[in-house]
Amino acid sequence: MSILNLFRRRGTAPVARERLQILLSYERSTRGQSDLLGILREEILAALGKHIQVDQDNIVMRMDRGATLSTLEIEILIPHAGIMLAAS
Amino acid sequence: MAKVLVVTSGKGGVGKTTSTAALGAALAQAGQKVAVIDFDVGLRNLDLVMGAERRVVFDLINVVQGVARLSQALIRDKRLETLWLLPASQTRDKDALTEAGIASIIREMRGKFDWIICDSPAGIERGATLAMRFADAAVIVTNPEVSSVRDSDRIIGLLDSKTEKAEKGERIDKHILITRFDPNRATRGEMLRIEDVLEILSTPLLGVIPESEEVLRASNIGSPVTLNNAASAPARAYFDAASRLRGEDIPVTIYSERKRFLEKLFGRAA
Repeated sequence: MSILNLFRRRGTAPVARERLQILLSYERSTRGQSDLLGILREEILAALGKHIQVDQDNIVMRMDRGATLSTLEIEILIPHAGIMLAAS
Repeated sequence: MAKVLVVTSGKGGVGKTTSTAALGAALAQAGQKVAVIDFDVGLRNLDLVMGAERRVVFDLINVVQGVARLSQALIRDKRLETLWLLPASQTRDKDALTEAGIASIIREMRGKFDWIICDSPAGIERGATLAMRFADAAVIVTNPEVSSVRDSDRIIGLLDSKTEKAEKGERIDKHILITRFDPNRATRGEMLRIEDVLEILSTPLLGVIPESEEVLRASNIGSPVTLNNAASAPARAYFDAASRLRGEDIPVTIYSERKRFLEKLFGRAA
């Protein structure tokens, strides 16, 4: 043990530990179960499909899983033509 | 038109995923448009090593099955604008990977990237053979250690017989990337020398990555080593290897961490 160890900044291992805890708690909770994200995606798209035609290419989904909170961001570009088609 | 590169080894734990992330980032840092694909279905880790594990929405199998578009499944790196990740599926059955599905994904990606880097799972099963199937070139990650060299030889045999190029009678470019190299032990005769490995495998050298604490430090944080500490010995070795992949002729340097006087005296305070 060197003298500088006494003043050592936090190493990278605590970062690794925290990242693993977040990831594994999510993976354990979803293991053997149907995927919540997949279900949400299907149902949201089905609901939209009743009213408008949306091309898959115009849907962007972003996810950020946190320790206590996760966000699911869904960006849908709705062309005016899509609304007209579905309405007609 | 992209060049498709497979990072493979046969043996596990030799540094395929670390090398995929580091080479992918190094190429992107040089301005190339790069996609890295994780083929390890059920045991994905490239997302974790690249720090994108919290942002995975879709995966390779979703794209193969038509559930998601390629553009929806590709995750852009937060630090490098031209680096993208296509994660493996963690939950699906690996039989869902079909050759036709992979062929169509690679075909679509070829027009959009300069480099497509396929991170192969260990072993010689389906995931590994599909990862190499459409490759133009291969990086065979090898530790200077008997079992790793033997498995590399086996993989070279597969590259020369089971890839699409080989079946068409064309040649696949093969390169050896030696990782976890310790020059001191090699000098003392305790570790296979680079020349020994190359002679046994009769395949040209892409680079020599020294054993280094920086590699673990980078994976702890979730950052390719070339991004996390570009001046470190392994990062410089990966930068050189990436330049060689682009056709530059650079002499091979065995980099080592130069410790400063105070660090030597007190140990490294990082």
